[in-house]
Amino acid sequence: MSETGIGASVRRKEDVRFITGNGRYTDDINQPGQTYAVFLRSPYARAKVGEIDASGALALDGVISVLTGADMAADGLGDIPCGWLVKQKDGSDMVSAPHPPLAHSVVNYVGEPYGIVIAETLAAAREGAELVMADFDELEAVVDLGGATGADQIHEGVPGNLAYDWELGEKADTEAALAAAAHVTRVDLSNNRLIPNAMEPRAALGVYDAATEDHTLYTTSQNPHLERLILSAFVQVAPEHKLRVVAPDVGGGFGSKIFVYAEETAVIWAARKVGRPVKWTADRSESFLADAHGRDHLTHAELGMDADGRFLALKVKTTANLGAYLSTFGSSVPTYLYGTLLAGQYATPNIHVEVEGVYTNTCPVDAYRGAGRPEATYVVERIVETAARELGKDPAELRRLNMIKPDQFPYETPVALVYDIGDYEASLDKALELVDYAGFAARRAASEAEGKKRGIGFACYIEACGLAPSQLAIQLGAGVGLYESGEIRVNPTGNVTVFTGSHSHGQGHETTFAQVVSDKFGIPFEDVEVVHGDTGRVEFGLGTYGSRSLAVGGSALIGAAEKLIAKGKKIAAHMLEADPEAVEFADGDFVVRDSNQSLSFGEVAFAAYVPTNYPTDLEPGFSEKAFYDPENFTYPAGTHIAEVEVDVATGVVKLVNFVAVDDFGHVINPMIVDGQVHGGVAQGAGQALLEHGIYDEYGQLVTGSYMDYCMPRADDVPDFTVDTTVTPCTHNPLGVKGCGEAGAIGSPAAIMNAVTDAVGDNTVSMPATPEKVWRALQG
Amino acid sequence: MEISLTVNGEARTLDVPDNTLLVDIIREHLGLTGTHVGCDTSQCGACTVHMNGAAIKSCAVLAGQADGAEVTTIEGIGTPDALHPMQAAFRECHALQCGFCTPGMIMRAIDLVENAAELDGQAVREGLEGNLCRCTGYQNIVKAVLTAAESA
Repeated sequence: MSETGIGASVRRKEDVRFITGNGRYTDDINQPGQTYAVFLRSPYARAKVGEIDASGALALDGVISVLTGADMAADGLGDIPCGWLVKQKDGSDMVSAPHPPLAHSVVNYVGEPYGIVIAETLAAAREGAELVMADFDELEAVVDLGGATGADQIHEGVPGNLAYDWELGEKADTEAALAAAAHVTRVDLSNNRLIPNAMEPRAALGVYDAATEDHTLYTTSQNPHLERLILSAFVQVAPEHKLRVVAPDVGGGFGSKIFVYAEETAVIWAARKVGRPVKWTADRSESFLADAHGRDHLTHAELGMDADGRFLALKVKTTANLGAYLSTFGSSVPTYLYGTLLAGQYATPNIHVEVEGVYTNTCPVDAYRGAGRPEATYVVERIVETAARELGKDPAELRRLNMIKPDQFPYETPVALVYDIGDYEASLDKALELVDYAGFAARRAASEAEGKKRGIGFACYIEACGLAPSQLAIQLGAGVGLYESGEIRVNPTGNVTVFTGSHSHGQGHETTFAQVVSDKFGIPFEDVEVVHGDTGRVEFGLGTYGSRSLAVGGSALIGAAEKLIAKGKKIAAHMLEADPEAVEFADGDFVVRDSNQSLSFGEVAFAAYVPTNYPTDLEPGFSEKAFYDPENFTYPAGTHIAEVEVDVATGVVKLVNFVAVDDFGHVINPMIVDGQVHGGVAQGAGQALLEHGIYDEYGQLVTGSYMDYCMPRADDVPDFTVDTTVTPCTHNPLGVKGCGEAGAIGSPAAIMNAVTDAVGDNTVSMPATPEKVWRALQG
Repeated sequence: MEISLTVNGEARTLDVPDNTLLVDIIREHLGLTGTHVGCDTSQCGACTVHMNGAAIKSCAVLAGQADGAEVTTIEGIGTPDALHPMQAAFRECHALQCGFCTPGMIMRAIDLVENAAELDGQAVREGLEGNLCRCTGYQNIVKAVLTAAESA
């Protein structure tokens, strides 16, 4: 292994600009003649929009324009579409309520934008927004998830507020197996609503050039090409070739910056309307109100076992909150990214899941780190832990008994996935060793001696990453393909510019992708530059979500590299007067087999651009691109074990020990992978112990700031112990699986299993706040 | 109002509205965009800079309070060719991912190392309590601060 190649903890290329204050985030960009936008947002959860009187605002010095949803509709802009059409149980399509970027006749959640004030300064835009008088006719808001299907109808044509009623698996077989089971464990679970809170608030800067009709949108996006496609093809802001979307440095996403939102749509439209650049940057309060939220499920589950504890059947019924509108991928998260993962790591022969996706008068819910898989893991791992307690079995051993064994792969689950490879016991065993499972009883006794209760909890999770393949996904309702593009331009002097359709907003692709490409070509790491996030520079791409960047985007780069090597062999064979079949490429040199003749990568690149001694049947140039469409998902899996200590006097839960052993396949940069797990576990700890997006009965968000929504801070979490096991993915060239979400997928279940173990009450729900835990301790 | 202050060693005089926040002076008037705004309740710490030698949240300081002050931002502590030891430790320990909280975190950490009597992991965690990071889970930030403290 070289110091910078695959497997090395190379320090990141991108860091120098970030640690010196030279990052370039959207809000850091300014344009000559720039104006400032502030959005008019609904103060009500549900209301009819009446007359909007902007005269006061327009009279204010510095206010340039006030545009409303009606203006946007009059300009013929389309609705924001949902990108995944889920089929219901009866075969019919889900019901997608119209979602205009700016509301014009009704508003359906607090914070929904219905207009935009544009001014010379931000202060004037803010003051102007205060002066706009809008009439609202308030309607009864539908807020309670459990009662939503029986409440007032929010959208025309959507009876029962039901977007879809979906199922997967064999219902009759599952129920028969449950009826015949020696023991059935039942749980009722809620998966708390989370608010993503990337530290950089969303922002957009729209620029329109009237002379060329070019539109340029700088925005905080995880997938600028998808943004351009949707804004062109559906919303029809501008034709695709006249719209450039640039996502420069982006300060975290966690899913929330995948989606196409009202604000960037309105900003680029408004830039053309006012003939000047328009800039908007969200206040954190706006982020709370209007960034798509995550999770928010209610679930009943039943697990049937034989007398030995072997799983026979799992039945799951979930109500998923989709919010007021179907966000870009909102429909797919509680269905194809959730129901398909309910087999977990186990050989459960019968599984049936039903999901009701319902509308409520709350912010739309969509993918947030893990997206469906943390919810599935929570159901499976909470019910398995509960079953172990009911049967009096060791929770690790009950899991081991039911795990799919290494010789069973490829393994087809009852919920439509084919796991290609794994060794779940290897991760479990390593985690048991790292947590010192044998020593737990003594640690528990020590805690009790101090008047504290100690608990331990497991989660043996699986996830499906690198979403794939395109044809299957499109058959299942996806509106886009799930491939990725990569292009490698070798410059005449032999250094390399890599263009990827993936997007990095903290993941470190500029480093890891350079490691992959430099390793492949045997050239210095410093000679590789990675370009991403600009539709004007990168041909196409689907961006970064679902831990897909390396498995799909990295594989595309390998495809492009293979094409270059094949071409290089032809060039080298010509120059060295050898048979092309006799030329091999190794360690940066094209070598004629069984000879001392060779040409370096750089010499071949130069010859391709200065073709003096060059094959006549070969094009000059040394640049190739590839699209990679995976043939299957990847299946990262692992074991997470949490230990907590509970202060019985206050109910405060302290996470005192956390071990994560993950199988991500091959690892390109262990330092970056460990960092991804740390961050994911901290977010999962936030879900389990601290975070909760709460609306009151009127649909007002009562956790709308960092004073009310409890983010994990440095002293809320311990150091985590992280390690890996490796079974390489069988179907991509790098053998990688993806590491971005595992931390957030396994940890909530592990921590809640530990909390309920400590408290001795299985009904404590997330987040396990001191109040809830204290009440549970009172019995 | 007219205010005079020293920013990264350079004397500056500006005419700004009375209600201007120091962070807006830094970002909008002086174009030093390394200092970030991550919230509107002085809770996240992304805007942390040094004022008269102490780490402060620049979103909670009005222009008048900054008059006459000596301010240091992330741009003033090191350069790509000559990093401050805390900047170097952040890179070495992989203490940043998206980089958005990083300037504020580094400015806070420098103050912590310079002014704390003794630092261990817990003290660093408590000392960074006012700065939010959503990417790293804090583990490598703590490691970086302790690394920089050892070399200080």
